[in-house]
This record gives sequence, structure tokens and C-alpha cells, in this order.
Amino acid sequence: MEQIGILEGRERQVLEKNSGVAQADIACDTSSLSGSVSQRACVFCGSRVVLYPVADAIHLVHGPIGCAAYTWDIRGAVSSGPELHRLSFSTDLQEMDVIYGGEKKLYHSLIELIEQYKPKAAFIYSTCIVGLIGDDIDAVCKKVAKETGIPVLPVHSEGFKGTKKDGYKAACLALMKLIGTGSTDGISKYSINILGEFNLAGEAWIIRQYYEKMGIEVVSTLTGDGRIDAVRRAHGASLNVVQCSGSMTWLAKEMEEKYGIPYIRVSYFGIEDMSKSLYDVALHFPDRPEIMEAAKQIVSEEVKTLYPSLQKFKKALQGKKAAIYVGGAFKTFSLIKALRSIGMSVVLAGSQTGNKDDYARLKEMCDEGTVIVDDSNPVELSKFILEKEADLLIGGVKERPIAFKLGVAFCDHNHERKIPLAGFIGMYNFALEVYQSVMSPVWQFAPRKGGSL
Amino acid sequence: MLLRHTSKEVKVREGLTINPAKTCQPIGAMYAALGIHGCLPHSHGSQGCCSYHRSTLTRHYKEPVMAATSSFTEGASVFGGQANLLAAIDTIFAVYDPDIIAVHSTCLSETIGDDLQQITKKASDDGKIPEGKYVIYASTPSFVGSHVTGYANMVAGMANQFAESTGEKKSQYNMIAGWMEPSDMREIKRLAKVMGINIVLFPDTSDVLDAPQTGKHVFYPKGGTTVAELKSSGDSLASLALGSISAEPAAIALEKKCKVPFETLDIPIGLSATDRFIMAISKVAGVAVPDEITAERGRLVDVMADMEQYLHGKRVALFGDPDQLLPLTEFLLDLSMKPVHIVSGTPGQRFEKQMRALLEERSPETNFKSGLHADMFLLHQWMKNEPVDLLIGNTYGKYMARDEDIPFIRFGFPILDRIGHSYFPNIGYSGSLRMLEKILNVLMDRQDRDALEEKFELVM
Repeated sequence: MEQIGILEGRERQVLEKNSGVAQADIACDTSSLSGSVSQRACVFCGSRVVLYPVADAIHLVHGPIGCAAYTWDIRGAVSSGPELHRLSFSTDLQEMDVIYGGEKKLYHSLIELIEQYKPKAAFIYSTCIVGLIGDDIDAVCKKVAKETGIPVLPVHSEGFKGTKKDGYKAACLALMKLIGTGSTDGISKYSINILGEFNLAGEAWIIRQYYEKMGIEVVSTLTGDGRIDAVRRAHGASLNVVQCSGSMTWLAKEMEEKYGIPYIRVSYFGIEDMSKSLYDVALHFPDRPEIMEAAKQIVSEEVKTLYPSLQKFKKALQGKKAAIYVGGAFKTFSLIKALRSIGMSVVLAGSQTGNKDDYARLKEMCDEGTVIVDDSNPVELSKFILEKEADLLIGGVKERPIAFKLGVAFCDHNHERKIPLAGFIGMYNFALEVYQSVMSPVWQFAPRKGGSL
Repeated sequence: MLLRHTSKEVKVREGLTINPAKTCQPIGAMYAALGIHGCLPHSHGSQGCCSYHRSTLTRHYKEPVMAATSSFTEGASVFGGQANLLAAIDTIFAVYDPDIIAVHSTCLSETIGDDLQQITKKASDDGKIPEGKYVIYASTPSFVGSHVTGYANMVAGMANQFAESTGEKKSQYNMIAGWMEPSDMREIKRLAKVMGINIVLFPDTSDVLDAPQTGKHVFYPKGGTTVAELKSSGDSLASLALGSISAEPAAIALEKKCKVPFETLDIPIGLSATDRFIMAISKVAGVAVPDEITAERGRLVDVMADMEQYLHGKRVALFGDPDQLLPLTEFLLDLSMKPVHIVSGTPGQRFEKQMRALLEERSPETNFKSGLHADMFLLHQWMKNEPVDLLIGNTYGKYMARDEDIPFIRFGFPILDRIGHSYFPNIGYSGSLRMLEKILNVLMDRQDRDALEEKFELVM
């Protein structure tokens, strides 16, 4: 490990905060270097994760089998009703299809699917190969939509055409086609859409409950526990509340332009940000002060029970150090605050998809000496975790075993979270999970902590 | 009822695959390459491919899985990926310093016509490959075959690109591993040792994907077949290829290139396949079967006899990969169980023929389908029409098992929700005994669960 440095060409994507000297902005928004062991995924992945939780639509992956196989039910985006999103549908393109084109196969697959499952809509994802062989998936979708009478929406998510962020945009484009096609009758003036909340482990339900308690109508959640009919009438809401800024800000901007719906950015992680996300929505409806009253009531009640229950964790975790490497930068901000509230400091902060502004803000938030990285890789992560003596890594599936090999605790703040981490209850769960992992007796057996024979 | 939509009526499908019983070639190539010591697999395609394969392998093994990607962009897909791959080779040797880069292609790079042989040759001609280092490759288009094909292609690539014949034979045998777990590969090495023969086992993912906790993240774990061993495979006396689909192509390559004779065997899952494996070693190396092995066999047969009454006629549905399904089906028949439905998404005439031959002789009424549209949706439909007592397959089988409320054994790739496959073999006599134990446990647990109180037995 020691002799492996930072990847050549990546120096500008890594920064150690030092207020004493002028530091250049971190370079981001770039493709990964050829030959790097990148933790990033592709355009298709971006589209797939955003649309995945829409549970009463079929999601057909047009391409060879892999793209459908690897994305089959790997995200715990829960549905309260239909579960079509948890099945794997593929056109399973073969060599002959690549030579002669896959349009016919796509058409037949769609017809078969719609007949079998009677979905409310269909999303068709194009993969790398479809972009190359030039299948006109728009035409096929149009034809099938006409024949079946349901929206059939192409998602242009060819893997190589950009980064994961471009995939988010392709997904949002498909959603935009649905929004505005439903009736807005009976929607309250005091209404919102929840954007960028995917209902992992049921988180959207928790958030929705808070808002409903405040007397606000939630028109649709994009896309957690998503339903096509709700998406179609999303333009009837008065405000868009955007979490996971990476994936949904574009959609919020489009909706603002097209339907005049303003948006705010929020985060549901940690006490501070969770409370703010309720207050900020209430502030949007000043003519009804009861909403703010209710928001205050919720916060005060929740904090009253939550705060004491966090103290035991805080006592144990005081002074422990965390490293954060997650997908979106916005989440990193919340995690830093949430970790501070349980006595932990952050020694490494990074994201796969942050932009320039995100990193500027991240730098501002972080303590001196914190390492800030964009699009990192296992070598760097391991190096910094050891150098900075982190006790905990927060990341996703590919980071987990690295942390464990190093003898460092881990918390999955990505697709594989098993318990809700959003909301006030989520903060408790987060603290509990961090506590359980950091304090686990297993680390005392690990050689790094002197646990060898 | 996650699969509530599965209908009983089986219709011919023209396009659609639902809930696949296979995945694409590149992940197999990546897995195989991890079985070479000091090797960094490299995915020549979009960065999503590499990320998905690493994630899936990480979930299956709960181990860090390192691999690099060419990170294709729009430009690369128009002008070809040669520049990306050459740049990647530079970067990888400069920063990650592997002994070997094992490049596999993807649907994208195959379709734009990148020729890995030509590009790697150019890398070599341009001096991009440092002295004593290697770049090997395998063509693994995702729209042909399955993950098993990708594995086979990469293993054949190892034989083709490393094996040398010096003209002087070595007193050793090649053992070419079909797709199996690190635990199985470890067991192959143990059995060879007990039989008293020297082997070159490749690939070998033991001590790579079952690495101990050391407090370090080691980029290249200590396991894996070494370059010296791979080179020497050309001087071996003979090769045993374990698996006609996933291992035999490498044996053929060795025969062609270095005239090493070979025999193809099933992966030794179950009694009969292990018998053939042991006898093949005994014959090819002229060694007697030691008592230790005979005793292992005896223990397996003993348990098969002890528990025979709980197995007879039990109906099983299974899905997975050809080289595992064939000996597993035979083992189930040896246990007097009844394989009722068998599905594999991996296409291929060879497997089709082998499985049909086995079934024709011993279980002609079994439903069997492989290749296109042989998916879990079809298997589930079959199960609805002709119910079974047990399902065996990878993790994705859990939906069907839950919906049909039947016992389920995880076997194959991927297993995303249980541990054990990395550590405890399913091959050889003792591995088969473990498989048998698993079968008995789930069946007898179910019997206990469902038993009327007066029939709830203490002694079974």
C-alpha cells in the first residue's frame, strides 16, 4: 500500500483542506481516467436508479442480458402496492440482433410484457449497444404506445454517453413526458412533490408523514413508492422539495420553467437538516401559519425523544473519526453534520458526482486537514483511511469490504441500507448503526488494533 | 407475493426474457482473471460494466474486488477504443503495478470492432508493457453465450497466451478449474495432494476471494495461479478439464499449442462425478487411490444410506450453469431424488446434448430447457404446473421459494444473501456430503415445521 500514491492525473481531484494557503478548486465533473479502478458507474445506471422505484410501470432493458441482470432488485426501494419494478425484463440481445437490429425484438417484448403485466406505463432503457446499432427506440415506443394505450417512454441511457449524472437527466426527461398528462383537480394549494427520495427502507413514507402532519398534501414522490398516475399530476403541486440534488435538480428546474413551480433543496439526514426541510416548506406557505406551527410541533416532539436517546451513542463515539465516500455531495453535507451531532469528526469527505459548488461548500464545512476527494478509488480511500486513522467509513457496496479488511467500521448509506436513515427516527437508526459497527467487539481481534496471535 | 404475476399458462415468447438465469460474458472473464496471481482484470468498455461486475462479485464474496475500466466515452465509441486501452495500460502499470493485466471486451468494444489482439500487440510494440509484465486478453461480447462463456474464454486465453513448451516434460498435471468457488479450488488442491500428484491449477481464486482479515487492503492478495505455473502448463504430462463448457476450451488450447493431452470431466459434485474424478487422476498419473480418499467416499455413501428414506422421490427444481447442473442432477438421481425441472440461461448444444442424454437414461419425464428464454419466469411457471419439494439455485431463487413456500438451497452464482460458498466446498466426497447435509436439513426442517403434533418426531 505504502508505495502506491495518488493516481497520476488525479492530483487535482484530491485536496487536503489547508486554510493557510490558497488552494485551487477541486476538479470534478470529469470522466474517470482510462485505466483507473473507479467506483463510478455509467449513464444507464443513473437512469435505472432514478426510475427504478416506480412500482406500477415495467422497466424493460433493451440490450444484452447483463444490464438487466446486474440491476435486478438490488435497490431496497420499497413499494406499498405493486412490485413490478422488482422484476427483471430484458430483450437479451443476441449476435444476430446486433447485426440486423433489435427493433423487432423490442416491439415483441413490449407487447408481450404489457399483455402479461398490464402496467400503467413502460420505461425502455437503451444500453450501449443500442446506441451503436442505431435502433430507433423512439419509433418503437410510439408505435407500442399507440397500440396499447399506455405511455411507453424511451430512456436514452446508453452507458458511454456521459456520466451517471447524464443518466439522471435521461430519466428526468422521461418523467417530464409524464408530468402534465394527469388531472390536477382537487389538489390543495398547500401541496408539494417530494423529489429525489427513493423510499429506500421506507424512508419516503416517514418524510411524507411529517409533511402530511403539517397539513400539506403530497401530490407525488419522485420516485420512491412511485406511481404513474401520481407522476402525471405532479404539475399540480405548489412546491417541489428536492433531495438528492444530483439526480433531480434538473427536473425541478424544468418544472419551474414549464409549470412555474418553485423548488427548494433539502436533506432529510440528521436533526438539523431534517428540521430545516420541514421549516423551509412551511416558510413557503406564509398565509397559513398553522403549517409552521405544526412543523415546530413535530420538530420539538421528535427532538425531545430523539436527543436523549442519542446521548449514549455520543458518549461512546466522542472523538471517533469518520471517512465519507458516497454518491452525491449533498448527502455528504448532511452526514458531516449528523456525525458531529454524535461526537464524531470527519477526516475524509468525497463523492462520485459532486460539482464545483458542492466541493466549495464541502471545503467550507470541513475541519482543517480533512481530505476532500472527487471520484476516488480503493487505493486512495485505503491510503487516507489509514493515514487519517478513521474509525468508520460511510459508503456503498464496493467500499464495505475495503473498510472491513482495514479493520474499520462501516455504514452503508447507499442502496443497501436496511433501515431508514432519513427523518428523525432515521437519525436514531443511523447513530445506532454507527455505534454498533464502531463499537463492535470484532475490531479488537483485528491485527491493526493489536488483535493478532 | 412478489411474483404474483407469474401465470401458469406457458406461452411462446418472441422477444422477452423475464428474470434471467444467466448474466453476460464479461463478469465471467473478470472472475477468472482474479484467479491469476498479481493480475488486475480490465474491462474494455463503459465504466458501468466494470462497476456492475465489481459490485456483483463484491456482494457474492464480501471481498474487495479490484478491476480497471477503459471508461469509454462518446468519442471512443466513434473513433474506436484503442487510444483508451493504450492509455489504460500506461496508467495501470504506472499506478497499480500488477504483474498482469487481463483485458476483456464488452458488447460496446466488440461492436465498434476493437481488436484486442491487435491493440495489445501494439501496446507491446510501443514498449508500453514493462519487462517481465504481461497483458493478456479475451474476447467476451455480451451478446453471445453467458457469464460462463466469458469465464471459459478468459481461461482459454490464459492457456493460449502463457503456456510454453520447453520440450522437456515436467512431472505435473494441469487441473483446469471450471467455474467454481475458491473453496472448491482449495479442495481440488487438497485432493490432488492426498492423491500424491503435482498439479498446476488454473485459475485459482482461493486466497484471493476468501482472503483473511489482516488490517490491510491488499491490492493483489497472495493467492492465484502464478505466471511461472501458467507457463509451465505447456510442459505438463496431461490436463484434466473440470467442466466441458467452462474448462475444456483451455484444455483444447493447451493441446493445440503444446500438445498436452487432456481429458474432460464433470466438476466433481456428487458421488459419481467425484468417483470419475478420482479414477481419472489414478489412471492418468498411475497412482493408487489412498485409504484416506476411500474413507471419505465411504462416509458419503454411509450417510446416503443412513438417510435414504428422507430423500426418495423428493421432487426438485434446479437452475444454474451447465457445468454445475450436470453433476448436480446426477447426484440428485443417485440420492433417489427426482429432478423435475431444470433451467439454464446459458445456451449451447454440447450441454443440451449431455443433459438430454443423462435425463433420457435416468429421468425422461424431467422438464429441461437451456438458452434463450430459459429463465426463472419459465421455471416458476413449470413449478406452478408441477410443484416441487425443493428448489436449488442462486439467490434469485428466493422469490420463487417464498411464493411457492418450498425449501430452498442456495447454489451457484450469484449468492448475495448468505455466506459459506467461499469457505466450504461443494465438491469432492466431503463437499458432496455437505451438499447432502444441506438438502437433508431443509427437507427435514420443513417436515418438522409441518408435522402434526402427534407426528412430530424426536428421532429422525
